[in-house]
Amino acid sequence: MAKLDSKIPKGRLADKWTLYKEYQKIVSPANKRKIDIIVVGTGLAGGAAAASLGELGFNVKVFCIQDSPRRAHSIAAQGGINAAKNYPNDGDTIYRLYYDTIKGGDYRGREANTYRLAEVSNNIIDQCVAQGVPFAREYSGYLDNRSFGGAQVSRTFYARGQTGQQLLLGAYGALSKEIKKGSVKLFTRREMLDLVIMKDGRARGIIVRNLFTGEIERHSAHAVLIASGGYGNVFFLSTNAMNSNGSAAWRAYKRGALFANPCYVQIHPTCIPVHGDYQSKLTLMSESLRNDGRIWVPKKKEDAQKIQRGEIKANDIPEEDRDYYLERRYPAFGNLVPRDVASRAAKERCDAGFGVGKTGLAVFLDFKDAIKRLGRDVIEARYGNLFQMYEKIVDENPYEVPMRIYPAIHYTMGGLWVDYELQSNIPGLFVAGEANFSDHGANRLGASALMQGLADGYFIIPFTMQNYLADQIAVGKITSDSEEFDQAEKEVRERIDKLMSINGTETVDSIHKRLGHIMWHYVGMARNKEGLEKAISEIQALRKEFWTNVRVPGKTDGINIELEKALRVADFLELGELMARDALHREESAGGHFREEYQTEEGEALRNDKDFMYVAAWEYTGDDKEPMLNKEKLVYEETEVKQRNYKTA
Amino acid sequence: MDLKLKIWRQSSRDAKGKFVDYEVHDISSDASFLEMMDLLNEELVEKGEEPVAFDHDCREGICGMCSLFINGRPHGPDTAITTCQLHMRKFRDGDTIVIEPWRAKPFPVIKDLIVDRSAFDELIQAGGYISASTGGVPDANAIPVNREKAELAMDAAACIGCGACVAACKNASAMLFVSAKVSQFALLPQGKIEAKDRVQKMVAKMDELGFGNCTNTYACEAECPKEISITNIARMNREFFKAKVS
Amino acid sequence: MSKRYYSSLTKKYIMALMGLFLFTFLAVHLSINLLLLFDPTRVLFNEAAHFMGTNLIVQTFQWVLFAGFAIHIFYGVVLQIQNWMARPTGYKKKAFSEESVFSKFMIYTGIVIFIFLVIHLGNFFVLKMQGDVPEFNNASVSEMEDMGLLVVNLFHNTGYVIFYVVLLLTMGFHLDHAFQSAFQSLGLNHRKYMPFIKGLGRFLAIVLTVGFVSIPVIIYFR
Repeated sequence: MAKLDSKIPKGRLADKWTLYKEYQKIVSPANKRKIDIIVVGTGLAGGAAAASLGELGFNVKVFCIQDSPRRAHSIAAQGGINAAKNYPNDGDTIYRLYYDTIKGGDYRGREANTYRLAEVSNNIIDQCVAQGVPFAREYSGYLDNRSFGGAQVSRTFYARGQTGQQLLLGAYGALSKEIKKGSVKLFTRREMLDLVIMKDGRARGIIVRNLFTGEIERHSAHAVLIASGGYGNVFFLSTNAMNSNGSAAWRAYKRGALFANPCYVQIHPTCIPVHGDYQSKLTLMSESLRNDGRIWVPKKKEDAQKIQRGEIKANDIPEEDRDYYLERRYPAFGNLVPRDVASRAAKERCDAGFGVGKTGLAVFLDFKDAIKRLGRDVIEARYGNLFQMYEKIVDENPYEVPMRIYPAIHYTMGGLWVDYELQSNIPGLFVAGEANFSDHGANRLGASALMQGLADGYFIIPFTMQNYLADQIAVGKITSDSEEFDQAEKEVRERIDKLMSINGTETVDSIHKRLGHIMWHYVGMARNKEGLEKAISEIQALRKEFWTNVRVPGKTDGINIELEKALRVADFLELGELMARDALHREESAGGHFREEYQTEEGEALRNDKDFMYVAAWEYTGDDKEPMLNKEKLVYEETEVKQRNYKTA
Repeated sequence: MDLKLKIWRQSSRDAKGKFVDYEVHDISSDASFLEMMDLLNEELVEKGEEPVAFDHDCREGICGMCSLFINGRPHGPDTAITTCQLHMRKFRDGDTIVIEPWRAKPFPVIKDLIVDRSAFDELIQAGGYISASTGGVPDANAIPVNREKAELAMDAAACIGCGACVAACKNASAMLFVSAKVSQFALLPQGKIEAKDRVQKMVAKMDELGFGNCTNTYACEAECPKEISITNIARMNREFFKAKVS
Repeated sequence: MSKRYYSSLTKKYIMALMGLFLFTFLAVHLSINLLLLFDPTRVLFNEAAHFMGTNLIVQTFQWVLFAGFAIHIFYGVVLQIQNWMARPTGYKKKAFSEESVFSKFMIYTGIVIFIFLVIHLGNFFVLKMQGDVPEFNNASVSEMEDMGLLVVNLFHNTGYVIFYVVLLLTMGFHLDHAFQSAFQSLGLNHRKYMPFIKGLGRFLAIVLTVGFVSIPVIIYFR
């Protein structure tokens, strides 16, 4: 069994990071040149880390699957980024940001990590402004803030509805600067297919496939950072980009890294509802819409049914027959409850038959009152691009007709287990951003993903990685000409050859869609024991079918998109099972994990702190063998653990 | 709806390509253009043929990965959207749709509809950033920024780097792309410090990469999915002039 | 062409400055030509032509003008060749979307104008150089050539008038794009003033074209 040492520094919560920095080992400038670092992924975490490590003088090799680092899916984040600047003077502090985050995560995150996240949040805003990120400003020329779900202060910085894009382009600029300088070497259209671990147990390299040429390449380094994002695409339909996948993390898992809390999946409440079988992805409408939009369904079931049949429209329903269910159930937070709460409430209404839209799987998000109160101009300035996006997709004008929204898979709080240094249980393997598990617990608050990605990339990895690398300067150049690399490459080639040789009848997408259905039904917004057990056996059967009946046409050299997808889906078929196992073992409801057996009489999530206040870190033990559960107990030294309450707070 | 497709197929960078005719049937008008392409590919795979390679990723119009010259226009017949946001309701039953890759010397076709846009990365590497290293920067509110200028900078920064401007330009010029980045930073006090150097390096790189020259046709602005304004090009012209004479 | 002696933007400045300079030339040229309409006796026109043909400053400036044309044409061609090289493979289908449609044809309208210029110079300038222009006897100044008569005679030739009018319209299209384009190239695009500049450009293009066209047409029918 792997030994879990979270390496949380001693001292008061507020002093831990400072103390850590004071005592950590660092690498001298002359020695940094001798150290190679691999970074997988160029999103906020990977891009920022690669740029910062390059600035420090390390030799960085950075890999992305797209044609440019600028396309990483961080770019799609809309709403904003949190920081405890307290510019609006509304009472925000680092502790409050920390507390909101840990509470929003249902007390399933690691106290010290989350506090550090809040602590460096202010530096991120400073850094981004210095990079020329055009954040929204007030007439005074100072930065503007907006409020977001799960918080009672305005602490979200934003750049229209394109905050993720602007932050990513900032990191991409910093990365480009280092590429030009030569400290960072860029490898585009490369997909990591394996992690290479030496006999001494250290991670020393990766095997990638060049998606252009099909070549299998070896890359060696003193340390490897995985920042490859989340695994939401296991559900097939999600708000993730088409190419987002869990393979880099999964391959690390299969080499011995622990996978923590895989069942914590965030369902985003404001997405455009599913409208057909052919659909390839779900589009998110920024959570910021809930600042001004009011969510409702008809009070009367017959009204809902009429809407579903298309007999009446939303605007035909009089005010008194509308059920603003979030405002009704959660008067203190109203429409701004955290994402998991909002999502479940929507599902509850729809399951009870009050849903709208053709499928009955949608609720209204109405801007009528906001337009009346603030004027159309203000609403257009705030959400114009989102409204336009909605209209292009749905062909309805949200200024006149309420939007229809429904929850969709959005973010995965789970990921590779890391300690306080963001190092996995494999020495030399670091994990940052959505790919790790550490900061958000069981549920992530809005505008916190960008914060975490950049915190990890700019301000944490550059410190903590040095602590590991300090004694690596004597090791010398790591060569990829070793048995371990030979073996890893051989296994990758065999896996590819196997996929190409099956030559069955099912397309990769059709199997992926079926996996998505299983996941959504049994491992989605609401889970129960019976369903999860069913999911496990169905996934196992589907995996068998995949490996005997999938069809991957084309050749292995050159671009082969079906092969790329097949490799990813093969991993999803294993990851999905682990998610179901984790969900099955966690006999409580917490954040993004809702077990129907464990709820209050009012239908709220019911935690079990006595038995489940731990991180579930799963260890790979072999194909078709049950994974082993490792537990990291969560200790809250300076935090009062409460039941989440968004009704009166 | 049923559609006829004429799609450019090219097996590799050096291979000779040609248009191949396909037919797709029973396409929902609510489907997106790329979902229509997915269905075509699904059929091709089932038949054991190689699917059509095209770039795409986020499918919500922000990553800039998707391209495609559809019926004579980059990102197709709708305005202010990317190909992934184009919906089939913009077409009629029985239409023939011609689908081509971006065409420009600095954007060579790699396979079918995929082109190599690394020239854009090189342009940014030439100077499309503010050289602020991590740490050691002042408080975010230390320097107030005129709100109107910040808004204009945001307008320019909205560029997604898809290359539609180059594809639409009769000269395959990258002026809109380069000027958007030059403008974003020229408008902000943080970016002014390196403004002179930036504009000269980026323009020199643009010329070196073999992009065409701007003839003020303004097709770039008309076809830009993010509606980046050609006033950015004028601003770059000014910035360049200032840099050269001072 | 791989090494660019001036950056693309510098070349565009030169194009724009020379273009605007040529606008002033056209304005002067037109105002002198219009004298033929207002004074059928051709006295004013011939005197003006004589002044232009003999004044030392104007004569010196003439070479500047030639240089202006040459530079404008040279860079126009260089830029165009680079532009063609930037897209070795064209599109099968192209739908128009440009806002300034005439800009697509600047090289072609430019070539037509160049041909016109050559013929035009052949008709007047070369004849004048060779001394083949008749004497004008109706003037206070002696030894003045009757350039006006040359023009009037030419404009009674139907084919020539049609040719002339068609080419002038082509020039109009060239000018319509040219004016606002020059401002854009020089970076003088401002959201407040650009509509005015565009309007002014179109107005100048129309005035110059109508002005030049009116001369042969009116003389032909007179």
